[in-house]
Amino acid sequence: MATEKNVPEQDTQWPRWEVFVQEKTGEPHQHAGSVHAPDGELALQNARDVYARRGKVYSIWVVPAEHIVATSPSDQGPFFDPAEDKIFRYPHFYKVPRGVKNL
Amino acid sequence: MAEDNGKLERFEARINAGEKIEPKDWMPERYRQQLIRMMSQHAHSEVVGMLPEGNWITRAPSLRRKMVLLAKVQDEAGHGHYLYSATETLGVTREEMLEKLLSGKAKYSNIFNYPTLTWADIGVIGWLVDGAAIVNQTMLAKTSYGPYSRAMIRICKEENFHKKQGYEIVATMARGTPAQRKMVQDALNRWWWPTLMMFGPHDKDSPNSGDLLRWKVKLKTNDELRQRFVDITVPQAHAVGLTIPDPELRYNEETGHWEFGEIDWDEFWRVIRGNGPCNKERLAARRKAHQEGAWVRAAAEAYARKHGREPGKAA
Ligand SMILES: [Fe+2]
Ligand SMILES: [Fe+2]
Repeated sequence: MATEKNVPEQDTQWPRWEVFVQEKTGEPHQHAGSVHAPDGELALQNARDVYARRGKVYSIWVVPAEHIVATSPSDQGPFFDPAEDKIFRYPHFYKVPRGVKNL
Repeated sequence: MAEDNGKLERFEARINAGEKIEPKDWMPERYRQQLIRMMSQHAHSEVVGMLPEGNWITRAPSLRRKMVLLAKVQDEAGHGHYLYSATETLGVTREEMLEKLLSGKAKYSNIFNYPTLTWADIGVIGWLVDGAAIVNQTMLAKTSYGPYSRAMIRICKEENFHKKQGYEIVATMARGTPAQRKMVQDALNRWWWPTLMMFGPHDKDSPNSGDLLRWKVKLKTNDELRQRFVDITVPQAHAVGLTIPDPELRYNEETGHWEFGEIDWDEFWRVIRGNGPCNKERLAARRKAHQEGAWVRAAAEAYARKHGREPGKAA
């Protein structure tokens, strides 16, 4: 036995990668969770073993976790607000003469 | 403080409205800490839970049983991954969690500190232990923390096969030779009470339950979940002619529930404090596996670096 310590010196768990899976063609890739891996190739293999054990997966993306840029909850108001007062982006905003179809 | 009170109020209002809390949302420190404790314990349980069953892979009685057991144990490794991944969203690293497990500071489910003495134990574990886990995890799929809930939904989809393969083993042995019947009854006798202990202390002795229920981390109490498990499981035992080892067990026509005897809480606390039949063996096995895998992790990382393929570098 090399060491009495529980975790060896300079131990590594490898960097974290976020995993996105597409279950069928035509569907979006959805976030499934994360894996740890030393590089992209092994991240894909680990993602397959962890998130695709039952077939039902068509494609997998892995992304280094540190490269994901996301909004924060404090953005809720100011960041998304501009979308809220533009009901003219919806079809029900517009008046159409009675009886006209397929518009 | 006043600002914090406002935040707490909004947090609780969101939970009461059935919203999920996501990693970057404000949350009380106690919510975060309780989740880290609960979810990492849950992850450790999946990982340590592979040991008692792994013990029988090489001795499975047929190729079919061996394939099934391998797949089941591999699923448990996957469950550990889902849960570590979900716990990391709370700002704790995998290194910290593993260190806590390997140093013996973190807990995992008591049930895995009991030995698997015969093949019948593998059947009974799938039926009872995974069955109890399903009762707990079905509730947790609705927990208020988003990443935990999503991990639980994934896990629940996989657990049903675990329980069914176990019950198939049990049913097969229960209609087998007298020796097989005796073996499976003996396994049930040994696993019944430890399985009931999996749901934890009575509600009145469970110090963390209050906040966990208020913040909808848990939606049912330990005793409610235990009762649900007993109600589901007793008829399954009777269907294959097995006897639940509890002389006080009886059906209450009025309530529609099975009433059962008192758990040996001295045993429960003894095992939790590290003095169960296999506590030391389980930790030693985990440490050995971790240490012996260290060079593989180091080598893979060195290889990736040498080829400029670590994250952040274009391939
Ligand atoms: Fe599991
Ligand atoms: Fe399971």
